[in-house]
Amino acid sequence: MTALLLLPLLLPCALPPLARRALDRLAPAAALRTITAAAVVLAGCSVTALGAFVLTGLLKLPVFAALGELVHPLRTASDLFVAPAAATSVGALAVGAWTLVRSVLRQSRALRVARTAAGCGPAAGDLCVVDSPHPDAYALPGRPHRIVVTTAMLRTLDADEREVLFAHERAHNAGGHHYFLAAAELAAHCHPALRPVRESIRLAAERAADEAAADAVGDRRLAARAIARAALAGRAAPAVRPAFLPAATTGPVPLRVRALLSDRRDSPRAAAWIAALVIACATVSCVASATGMIDFHHRVEVAQGDERA
Amino acid sequence: MTDAKDERRPAGELEASVMAALWAAGAPQTPGQVQLSLGAGLARTTVTTILSRLHEKGIVDRQRQGRGYAYVPVQDAQGLTARRMHTELDRDSDREAVLARFVAQLSPDDERVLRDLLEPGER
Repeated sequence: MTALLLLPLLLPCALPPLARRALDRLAPAAALRTITAAAVVLAGCSVTALGAFVLTGLLKLPVFAALGELVHPLRTASDLFVAPAAATSVGALAVGAWTLVRSVLRQSRALRVARTAAGCGPAAGDLCVVDSPHPDAYALPGRPHRIVVTTAMLRTLDADEREVLFAHERAHNAGGHHYFLAAAELAAHCHPALRPVRESIRLAAERAADEAAADAVGDRRLAARAIARAALAGRAAPAVRPAFLPAATTGPVPLRVRALLSDRRDSPRAAAWIAALVIACATVSCVASATGMIDFHHRVEVAQGDERA
Repeated sequence: MTDAKDERRPAGELEASVMAALWAAGAPQTPGQVQLSLGAGLARTTVTTILSRLHEKGIVDRQRQGRGYAYVPVQDAQGLTARRMHTELDRDSDREAVLARFVAQLSPDDERVLRDLLEPGER
C-alpha cells in the first residue's frame, strides 16, 4: 500500500518536462487542455495520497483507533515509517492549504479591482480603454467579457497590430482561458513539482490565443510583430545588458514570437506520443492512488473486524 | 483583408477598432481620417455610423469641423477613477496569475532575442 501511495507523490515530478515537450509538439489549444487536465489529476491524486498517510497515522493513535471502532491494530508498514510520513503529510497539506487560501484572497482582490476599473459604463464593443502612460493590455473575463487596453498600448501599435491584440484577448475570453489559469494555480499549490507546470500552462494559453489571433488577421508575421512591438514598448528604457549571457534562458515572449515566425509543425506521430505519455502519467497516478485507497479501506475493515484478512 | 470580410464583423468589434483609432490618434478625428488610419477595410459610411453610435452612448465627443464632425474620446471623471484603479493594480504582481496579459515582462536577454527575431524586414 505504501509504495502505491508513494507513486502519486512522485509522478508529478515527471510532468514538467513532459509539459514542456507537449507544448513544443502539440497544437497550443490541445496542449493547453492536455497539460491542465493532467496537472489537475496529478494534484488531486497527490492530495489523496497525503490524506491517506495522515489517516493511517491517526488510526495508529489509540484515541482515533477507538473513534474508528478498530478492534484489532491496523496492519501497516513499520511505525518508523508511518509516524514520520503522517507528520510530513500534515505539514505538506497545511502549507499547501495556507498558500492556496492566500493566493485565492489576493487574486480575487486583484480581479475585483480590475473589474471596477473596467466597469466604466457604456463601452465601445468589448473594449475598455484605460488612460495610462504604461503600455498594458489584458483580457477581463466576466459578464460581458471585456478587453482592457491602456492608451499607451493603443498608441504603440498601428491599426493592423491593434487588431492582433484585440483578437488575442478575445481568444482568451472566448476560450475561457482564465479557468485553465485558475486550475494551474490550484495544482501548483497542491504539489511543489507542479509549480513549473503552471508556467507551461500559462504559455500554452498565450500560444493558443496567439494562433487564434494570427488566424483572425490571416498573417502570422503581423501577429508576431504586434506581440514583439508591444513587449518592447513595455520596457521603459533600453537596459544595459551584458552581451556574454546566453540567450538560452528566453522568457515566454520570444518563444511566442519565434513560434509564430517559424510555423514549424512536427509529425503528428510525435504529438500523439507525447500526448499519450502525459495521459499515461495521469492515469497511472489515478490507478495507484485508487488502488492504494481501496487497500487502505480494506485494512481498516479488517481492523474493525468486519472482514477477514 | 477584403471589404466584405470587414463589413461582416460584429458591430462590437468594429466599435472597438474605431474607438482604439480615436485614442491612438490623440487629436480630434473626422470619419475620413479614422477610415484612413484603419486601412482600406471599412466603408466611410460605416465609420460615420459607428462614430455617431459611440457619440450617442456618450463615450466620444464631437465638434463641428467643416461640413461634418470631428470626434474625440471622452475623458470623464470615471476615466480618471479607472486610471487610479489601474495604478493601484500595477502594484499588485498577483494580477498576472488570473488575468491573461498580452505581454509579460521582458528580461534583457529576451529583448535582444526579440530584436534579432524582428531584424529581417523590420522598420
